[in-house]
Amino acid sequence: MTTEQYPKVYLYRRIVQAKLFIDNNYADKIDLNNISNEAYFSKFHFIRLFKSAYGKTPHQYLKYVRIEKAKELLKKDTPVSEACFLVGFDSLSSFSGLFSKVVGKSPSTYLKHHQENQKKISLTPLAFVPGCYAYQHGWLENSNFEETDI
Amino acid sequence: MITKMTITNIHVIDQDSAYDFYVNKLGFKLVDDFPMGQGTRWLTVSPPEQPDLQLVLFPVTVSKMFPKEIAENLIDLIKKGIFGCGVLTCKDIHATYEELKAKGVEFIKPPTKEFYGTDALFKDDSGNYFSLQPINNFDNENDI
Repeated sequence: MTTEQYPKVYLYRRIVQAKLFIDNNYADKIDLNNISNEAYFSKFHFIRLFKSAYGKTPHQYLKYVRIEKAKELLKKDTPVSEACFLVGFDSLSSFSGLFSKVVGKSPSTYLKHHQENQKKISLTPLAFVPGCYAYQHGWLENSNFEETDI
Repeated sequence: MITKMTITNIHVIDQDSAYDFYVNKLGFKLVDDFPMGQGTRWLTVSPPEQPDLQLVLFPVTVSKMFPKEIAENLIDLIKKGIFGCGVLTCKDIHATYEELKAKGVEFIKPPTKEFYGTDALFKDDSGNYFSLQPINNFDNENDI
């Protein structure tokens, strides 16, 4: 590594460190100052560099991670109120509002759709797998394929 | 008229390990994961910003498709790193490289300026390799 490259690599590592800090601590009460302190940057310099690397400001990225984690929890049948607090929201209404805005449906509707889908999958899994794959795996033999017309 | 690619395969040696690699290290989104009986599993993931493309983490196990000898040969070739599975893109290749390295991803080549643009090469947990490139590969103004 040349001396010219070194400071840039160091800068990238600090930005990545801040991103991983969000990935690992999204459930806690972290704010922008926590995150910029973690990266040893001034707040505004940090926001500019973070957005340049990830296309989102740290605050936008934190919201994105929280909603993505909430989706994962709801897909594991976690009740909405529990998912809300597990991803770092204090208020159910602010969680539901942001979730609905980002995902396009409320957390409870998202959970209900997922549960219905899981039920269908458990009854007729082959209906959710392209036939070519099922054939290659030999899943069509001795299967419930005839019952998958849903 | 063909309009899109919606599903493609990544042949993997172990689905549990592949799940960890693609979901926890690369950050791909889990789409489907359900058992199909006899120890087999339908496991698909999508790149975070490309939900309409599913990668099937397809296990190379002795089956109707892979008789024993073929399965063994295929596993051997995958482990030797013979198969390139495509190009993955990111906004910032240097930040992505540092992040993946911090998560233990093995790089064959760090981000390198080539005559065709900047790219890096890394291997998945099975041995398949991918090229990693920035979205605007001829525009370095997005670098920090």
